Amino acid sequence: MKRWRPTSHIGDKLANWLLPGLALAGLIAIWQLAASTGALADLLGLEAFLVPSPAEIAAALWENRALLAENASVTLREIVFGFLIGLAAGLGFAVLLRLSEALRRIFYPLMVGSQAVPILVLAPILIVWFGFGIGPKLIVVALICFFPIAVNAADGLRSVDPEANKMMRSLDASRLQILWRVEAPTALPFVFSGARVAATYAPIAAIFGEWVGADSGLGVLIREDSARLETARLFAAAAVLAAIALALFALLALAERRIVTWR
Amino acid sequence: MVSIRAISHAYGELVAIARLDLDLPAHGVLALVGPSGCGKSTLLELIAGLQQPGAGEIAVDGATAPGERLSRCALMPQRDLLLPWLAAIDNAALALRNRGMRRTAARAEAGRHFEQFGLAGFERARPAELSGGMRQRVAFLRTLVAGKPLLALDEPFASLDAITRAEMQGWLARALAAEPRTVVLVSHDVEEALYLADRVVVLSDRPARVVEQLSAPAPRAADRDAAVTDPAFVAVRERAMAALHRGSR
Repeated sequence: MKRWRPTSHIGDKLANWLLPGLALAGLIAIWQLAASTGALADLLGLEAFLVPSPAEIAAALWENRALLAENASVTLREIVFGFLIGLAAGLGFAVLLRLSEALRRIFYPLMVGSQAVPILVLAPILIVWFGFGIGPKLIVVALICFFPIAVNAADGLRSVDPEANKMMRSLDASRLQILWRVEAPTALPFVFSGARVAATYAPIAAIFGEWVGADSGLGVLIREDSARLETARLFAAAAVLAAIALALFALLALAERRIVTWR
Repeated sequence: MVSIRAISHAYGELVAIARLDLDLPAHGVLALVGPSGCGKSTLLELIAGLQQPGAGEIAVDGATAPGERLSRCALMPQRDLLLPWLAAIDNAALALRNRGMRRTAARAEAGRHFEQFGLAGFERARPAELSGGMRQRVAFLRTLVAGKPLLALDEPFASLDAITRAEMQGWLARALAAEPRTVVLVSHDVEEALYLADRVVVLSDRPARVVEQLSAPAPRAADRDAAVTDPAFVAVRERAMAALHRGSR
């Protein structure tokens, strides 16, 4: 029997958005008050111009919109294509491990162990090898995205009920048909879970790749603004980056809701 | 149709089945009953070709190799295991799709049975939208549509409540009367086994051996409640229960 719930579905949804929204607005209001009165700078022991208020950041965002958009498009390209490469490689690898028990025994522990290697520190080497183009950034983003997607997809493919496997075999399914008709749909929620984690790491990886060696992108802008003490524009660039990460996350959540309709 | 000769099977040190012989004619319904964990489901998987016995021989329709047995047998597992992302009709048509039939043709073929199975109007429903009884009927239809000569039913109604289970037993008896198949049914319920099968084999505790084979009273009343309260039925049920107790440690 369904438990009686006092709040409506719409009420729940509103509460889900309203409460975090109010908390964020409250934090921004406190920040604005503390920065505009100089209290925040005093507290941090800094010059007032180093601690911009939200209003100053918004103004910097508007005034530098063309520059931010131009650099954001570079970073967005690195994030999206790097993520897609990581997704394709992660899924392909998970499928291979599922189809071959021998490969799984060899590579699954290696894959988990590889996480001990801080992938971000590979960025300078990749710049040396592949130059200052988009290539090294794509590799860093793809490597960062690969692990959570591959591990989640591999676990998802293995989570299938063995009885379902037997049932499919008795219904004349080939190994690939079992993979396609049963294991892949079962693994989808796991894949989305891994992809959401990857989507939150991807912008960090792209920015780091740009810090190490690039001539455009939000990472380059942040590095230059930091050196010039242009803190308002630095925060504006960070806000654009956060918006990209949130949009990617929201897009994945939407895709999951559209595709995984049975949960 | 099914011939089992001196089969033994073990999982490591654990002997599940020891030198078991059984025969089942075409269009016969054989029920296997026995204590929990006695190896009934293992025996079913061995017959279906999902496993190969450690010793002895199993032939289904003359085929002894596991792959050939599997191609002659469709398994209905204990839980319905309907794929939640597929509509009821696509679940029912799974075997046809696996054999390469196009979706439209497979749906048309499976859809022919929906009315007879009391599922008309639910072709596009997802499993989550169906009742327990309806889910079991889709699972049985999926097994039937596979068109195999032998159906292996592993406690098909164990997960249902008592009332739905009784309804489904009556329904299955009618479905098998309308479309006779060779069936091996595993059940922990003696009454269900005697009501649905022509012959009930009572197995002992592990390692499984045949304690007694009983013929179900015939002819049975069409109404399930009348059939299971018939004095002849009750007498055979008492014998089966006594055999079960003898076979249990």
